[in-house]
Amino acid sequence: MGNFGPAAREALKDGQLRSNFRRAMDGLMSKRAALFADQDEWTRLRALGESIKARALAQLPELLEKLEANCRKNGIQVHWAETTAQANDIILGLLQKRGAKTLVKGKSMVSEEMHLNAFLEGHGIEALETDLGEYVIQLDHEAPSHIIMPAIHKNKQQIARLFSEKIKEAQYTEDVDALTGMARQVLRRKFREADAGLSGVNFAVAETGTLCLVENEGNGRLCTTVPPLHIAVMGLEKVVERLEDVPPLISLLTRSATGQPITTYVNMITSPRRPGEKDGPEEVHLVILDNGRSRSYSDEQLRRTLQCIRCGACMNHCPVYTRVGGHAYNAPYPGPIGKILMPQIEGMEAKGELAHASSLCNACVEVCPVKIPIAELLVRLRTEGAHARADAPVLQPGAERSTAEALAWKMWSRMATSPTAWKMAGTMAGTFDPLMPEAFGPLADWKKGGRTRPRFAKKSLHRLLRDKGVPDA
Amino acid sequence: MSGSMATTKPSTVYFFGTCIIDLVYPQAGLSAVNLLEREGIRVVFPQGQSCCGQPAYNCGYPDEARAVARHQVELFHQPWPVVVPSGSCAGMMAKHYPSLFKGDPFLPRVENFSSRVIELTQFLVNVLDLKLEDKGEPVKVTWHSSCHSMREMGVGDEPKELLRRLSNVELQELKRERECCGFGGTFSVRHPEISAAMAEDKVADIRATGAKTVLSGDCGCLMNIGTRMEADAKEARGEVIDGKHIAEFLWERTNG
Repeated sequence: MGNFGPAAREALKDGQLRSNFRRAMDGLMSKRAALFADQDEWTRLRALGESIKARALAQLPELLEKLEANCRKNGIQVHWAETTAQANDIILGLLQKRGAKTLVKGKSMVSEEMHLNAFLEGHGIEALETDLGEYVIQLDHEAPSHIIMPAIHKNKQQIARLFSEKIKEAQYTEDVDALTGMARQVLRRKFREADAGLSGVNFAVAETGTLCLVENEGNGRLCTTVPPLHIAVMGLEKVVERLEDVPPLISLLTRSATGQPITTYVNMITSPRRPGEKDGPEEVHLVILDNGRSRSYSDEQLRRTLQCIRCGACMNHCPVYTRVGGHAYNAPYPGPIGKILMPQIEGMEAKGELAHASSLCNACVEVCPVKIPIAELLVRLRTEGAHARADAPVLQPGAERSTAEALAWKMWSRMATSPTAWKMAGTMAGTFDPLMPEAFGPLADWKKGGRTRPRFAKKSLHRLLRDKGVPDA
Repeated sequence: MSGSMATTKPSTVYFFGTCIIDLVYPQAGLSAVNLLEREGIRVVFPQGQSCCGQPAYNCGYPDEARAVARHQVELFHQPWPVVVPSGSCAGMMAKHYPSLFKGDPFLPRVENFSSRVIELTQFLVNVLDLKLEDKGEPVKVTWHSSCHSMREMGVGDEPKELLRRLSNVELQELKRERECCGFGGTFSVRHPEISAAMAEDKVADIRATGAKTVLSGDCGCLMNIGTRMEADAKEARGEVIDGKHIAEFLWERTNG
């Protein structure tokens, strides 16, 4: 079973954490809003983005085969992994074949999904995160709290303290440029010395066999060009059909994610170093991970989860995420996308509870650049969690079911379909309200939220309108 | 938006009161009916009605929700608009009922019903173009938009338009008007602490406006915000700012 509830309660007590997130999310929301000020353009562009992803998903098996064929033609070797364990083994094998001992990593959420760093460490290989935020949290032995800004839970002072403790000869400073400079010094040396580089993939183009990677720090470019071996990892939903599909998706991605018209670096990787070329890796490998995605793919509704381009706008706008932060979800993908993705990846037993961590306010749905019906999918996953059925497209359907809750809904349904019972309940509630205990059943939980108990009215609306003579038919 | 909804004034409408209004805020429902009747509309309130079914639906119990939905659809069978004083319940009935009956032979009747559902303020402004004569003292109010009214029913400026038609009412907008108050139906009892953290911020936002009254078109939100303020007051963390459904406010201001 998961532990979102207790973790969230702990997080809520941390005033510093709450204000760090609030400030950061406010900034991200206003930057995004400024770049989508033109509502017509936003409506058109996101419809286009959705249609590109929907078209890709509609022919996913064919596109993946095409991607593989075209990558091979370009000299990129393609590997398929059904599980994260297989993906880890493939990467370990590639590293061991070259005797690699150090790996520099660009940002990759799929590698977080695989817990790759810990796995490699167990096999004596150092995996160093080179994205500044990832570097910060790796120094502090933490997991990312946001898919785009992994160290967003930390403020400047916390990072300054961390660097002064963990980086050799570092002086305490809160100067952001100086802090970035320190990290750069460490990382530059690592880039030069590393035996291999790893990166994620934002979009993989089937018709050309091109891997697109957007980033702001140049670390992605260094990871993919300096070491002799480059391994790219991607979830199988990252494939798009045509090269011309990429620009609108990049525009939606960077504007939604960080409020940038475009990232500082846009890498298009098509092959290893060719004869006569002066730089680039000798080998490029692409590892394509399934990890439950094809199970979701088999269901028409759940499939829409795979439209995601990992921009993080849903978490930036989520009132729950803003309050509890990313770590409470205990998942590589937190926030609204995590609430729908994690139960599908890891199963209802471990992560089904995340689907309930939402007020269904639809703020995420409003900003999703590819129109994933997140709220609808949350409700769907709650349903799968409450009902065991043999052909469910999720792992452990029914794992969230409580007999008491199921019975309560049955009784509620009977009452709400019986006019007599309903009216009687209204009368009883109103008459006996003054005698009711202050806290029992769901009302006890209601009061945990620092609220008083709602008072039932003496006369229900049914009664008031009947007394008034409002017609019934 | 209920696109197929006629924008000419109907002679008869159904009124769906919602369960929270029925049991906790009946004055809001009564005021809405009063407003409609004052415009010369015959209001029909089927006494057999209960709840829109959203609580069970949102918790993952579609069969139980479907039974309740079907009960309402059968009850509201005449071709009249169904006016709902809640964006959330209206959203359930207009947007989620059809998906609940996907593949069911009953679907055409559901679709017919859903197309007739209209949120109260949308009806008052877009269909009735309600004229209001303010008989109250000058007052400053603030407005809380419910998530489902905005994002499911597409309610935009209508409630504020109604407030603008009251000459003595000054509207001071919230800083984070579009942010959820933390109610979320059963979310409020499943994750009370998170819900409370959201309510706490909403209350602070409301207090900062200096308004005498906070208005909303959804009583779920009002219940969440109001009981939070009451608890604050009990522990001397701040006074209670009156929370009211917009229908009740409009009726009080104009029925002098």
